[in-house]
Amino acid sequence: MLYPTTSQTVGPYLHIGLSGLNCADLTAGLPHLEATAIVIEGRVTDGQGNPVPDGMVELWQADARGVYRHPDDPGFASAESQSASFTGFGRVPTEPDGSFRFTTIKPGPVAGPDGSQQAPHLVVSLFMRGLLKHLSTRMYFPDETRANEQDWILSKVPAARRETLIAHDTGSGILRWNVVLQGSGETVFFDI
Amino acid sequence: MTHLAQYRRPFWNTQPGYRFDPYGSTQLRSPNEALIVVPQTLSEITGPAFGAAFVRQGDNDLTRVASADAIGERIIVSGRVLDENGRPVPDALIEIWQANAAGRYLHKRDQHDAPLDPNFRGEGRTVTDAQGRYQFKTIKPGAYPWGNHYNGWRPQHIHFSLFGRAYATRLVTQMYFPGDPLLEFDPIFQCIQDVKARNRLIATLDWETTVPEYALGYRFDIVLRGRNATPLE
Repeated sequence: MLYPTTSQTVGPYLHIGLSGLNCADLTAGLPHLEATAIVIEGRVTDGQGNPVPDGMVELWQADARGVYRHPDDPGFASAESQSASFTGFGRVPTEPDGSFRFTTIKPGPVAGPDGSQQAPHLVVSLFMRGLLKHLSTRMYFPDETRANEQDWILSKVPAARRETLIAHDTGSGILRWNVVLQGSGETVFFDI
Repeated sequence: MTHLAQYRRPFWNTQPGYRFDPYGSTQLRSPNEALIVVPQTLSEITGPAFGAAFVRQGDNDLTRVASADAIGERIIVSGRVLDENGRPVPDALIEIWQANAAGRYLHKRDQHDAPLDPNFRGEGRTVTDAQGRYQFKTIKPGAYPWGNHYNGWRPQHIHFSLFGRAYATRLVTQMYFPGDPLLEFDPIFQCIQDVKARNRLIATLDWETTVPEYALGYRFDIVLRGRNATPLE
């Protein structure tokens, strides 16, 4: 039995080595998405409300049918992996004002615990100087009130904090979702 | 879909906490609230599969930008990526980045008064083979000062970022060098309570990959979370 290697911070110069996989537009070059592109904008702030300019946001999501591009998803057909299809992975560095922006599609529902269906969601990881191990969270969608109410993971979150995981519709096709690392309005983070 | 094999959670003191006061930057960036423990769903047991298509030949050689050699001590860093059961993790994408031999990052915000090396890239990537093996050719990074504490200097280190099979196994870490006198003063290295776990971040000198008259080898094995043998409900 081995023990997992210990986590360490990415430090302030993470972009040097990690920019090769940057992907802010998950829809780029994909004609058959079966969904309308959406824009997600947000900002990462610390315990004093200051922006985090030296961070990185990664997201992982299913496609519009709720299928992950991964062999462990029963809905995934490996032949698909040969063709250009939705990868489900995004990564951007935070800007000097702590902001980030993705263009993607809304994922379909995927299987959850105990035979339930999960509400559509993005899995999000945060990396930055000062974070000794990355933080995991989720973003849910504002137009899925009923599915969100029935979501098994959201049900484990105290009701007063659930809204930190649900994006706001700004009314112009842009979803707004901020991440607060510490203090008032602190985003819910998960131990996965 | 009720039976998904879960990846094990690490033993608590083998991983750092979020707040570690001697490392000042953690103080405003660590959550106050406890993390909410949730089971891994399909979302966490899957993850991006990058594979060899994302890596070009030469991406694991940081020592050559154009035609000239980078300055400093050439080293070969290699190892295996395994899971907790000792099984190799194939197709794991590894990204690395580091300072040059003088302790300077190729980054506009690095203000350390040490020379840049136009022939040192400072970043590379590779994918593990079927046996979980990887290898980089690079330059031994220099130590450099940082403003965390009085006369603070970071030990020589290389940053590693890994994607295994699942999002649950995502790992970012650092590799350190044996015998570095700065290790005992470095709060980032010291943040791990378990001494054995901490020391596993130190590579070992490796004669097997050392190339005579050319480069010393260092071995750094990386262990990602493994799955429980019995699927949990």
